[in-house]
Amino acid sequence: MMWKWLHPYANPETSYHFAGKILPWCARLAFAFLTIGITWALLFAPADYQQGDTFRIFYIHVPAAMLSMGIYLGMAIAALSGLVWQLKLADASAAAMAPIGATFTFIALITGSAWGKPMWGTWWIWDARLTSELILLFLYLGVMALHNAFDDKALAGKAAGILALVGVINLPIIKYSVEWWNTLHQGATVSKLGQPSMTADMFWPFLVCFIGFAFLVTALICLRFRTEILNRNSMRPWVRELVTTEVKTHAV
Amino acid sequence: MNPRRKKRLTIVTSLIIGLGVVAGLVLYALSQNIDLFYKPSEIYNGKEDTGLKAIDGQRLRIGGLVVPGSVHRNSETLHVSFKLADMRMPISFSESDPTVTVTYDGILPDLFREGQGIVANGILVDGSTIKASEVLAKHDENYMPKELADDMGKKHEKPTY
Repeated sequence: MMWKWLHPYANPETSYHFAGKILPWCARLAFAFLTIGITWALLFAPADYQQGDTFRIFYIHVPAAMLSMGIYLGMAIAALSGLVWQLKLADASAAAMAPIGATFTFIALITGSAWGKPMWGTWWIWDARLTSELILLFLYLGVMALHNAFDDKALAGKAAGILALVGVINLPIIKYSVEWWNTLHQGATVSKLGQPSMTADMFWPFLVCFIGFAFLVTALICLRFRTEILNRNSMRPWVRELVTTEVKTHAV
Repeated sequence: MNPRRKKRLTIVTSLIIGLGVVAGLVLYALSQNIDLFYKPSEIYNGKEDTGLKAIDGQRLRIGGLVVPGSVHRNSETLHVSFKLADMRMPISFSESDPTVTVTYDGILPDLFREGQGIVANGILVDGSTIKASEVLAKHDENYMPKELADDMGKKHEKPTY
């Protein structure tokens, strides 16, 4: 039943057009949510009683960190279906996700560092949370390197897919590092079951920012996924046709 | 699922489970090294899970709550000393808590205040005193506006000397 529904998307051309259809919508929603969310967070949300306005970096740091792990999970699921069912498109989507995940990991690390200096008193400390997030960045870089290390895309997808799957072990370590070990990093404020450890007027702008960043990630993945499809199918007639019609319309 | 896919799925799943077990065992074996700091009670009783005690002269990190009323500052120099007790949620102190004295010559972080969690990096001088070379503030995961904190009687003023 599900196969019947999913099957057309195993075709690169269908997937290319589908991603092209949802891309502008995700981009518009991302723009709307982020404009409202960031304005709300930076100008109207109350400052923290201890940290004052410095606390506002939370609204970028936490969504970036959560998405860095979310994208990795998505990439690993794509890698698994690529390895087991040998779907070429799954490999292409994993390759599309890796650099975006790496960017968000980097944003989480940099904003965390900028937050740590004034509040904790240090840019960096080798505690379990910070170290495991840094390892996540290296995993992304490794996956990206492997995707580009082979001329044969199927072989590259296999090698990168195995690394991506092995790295999944790091995700629970990042998540629970602050509970399993003594760390300088504090525990979870929002990414937990039950009440968030902040007041509602602080939480709502976070939620809007998070949804905005999530749409931004989806839009960027669609964009890169389309490019990957074109790259991998550049010899196919449908791509050639697409390019020639594009050229014609631009010439007119 | 056809047999070839089934075989690949088995290989991949067992690879992940195997590596997960390996990672779990390695982390378990390293757990005392992954902990960033000792708690004050662990200075006296040894690490909770291994019973390992710090020896005098050892370089270590200590983490705990600054005991209210224990901060003494030299008015001439940057020298400061304070007592640390185990972190406990919600924050509370009792006379019977084991405490460790930390001495430090340097600028304290902005968030340093009584009742605040801190992590100090230094050398255990004698059984219960640590000469710190670095003091870092640790804050918790709770955020709230100043008005609400005022209503709840939360301390948010910097200490004055």
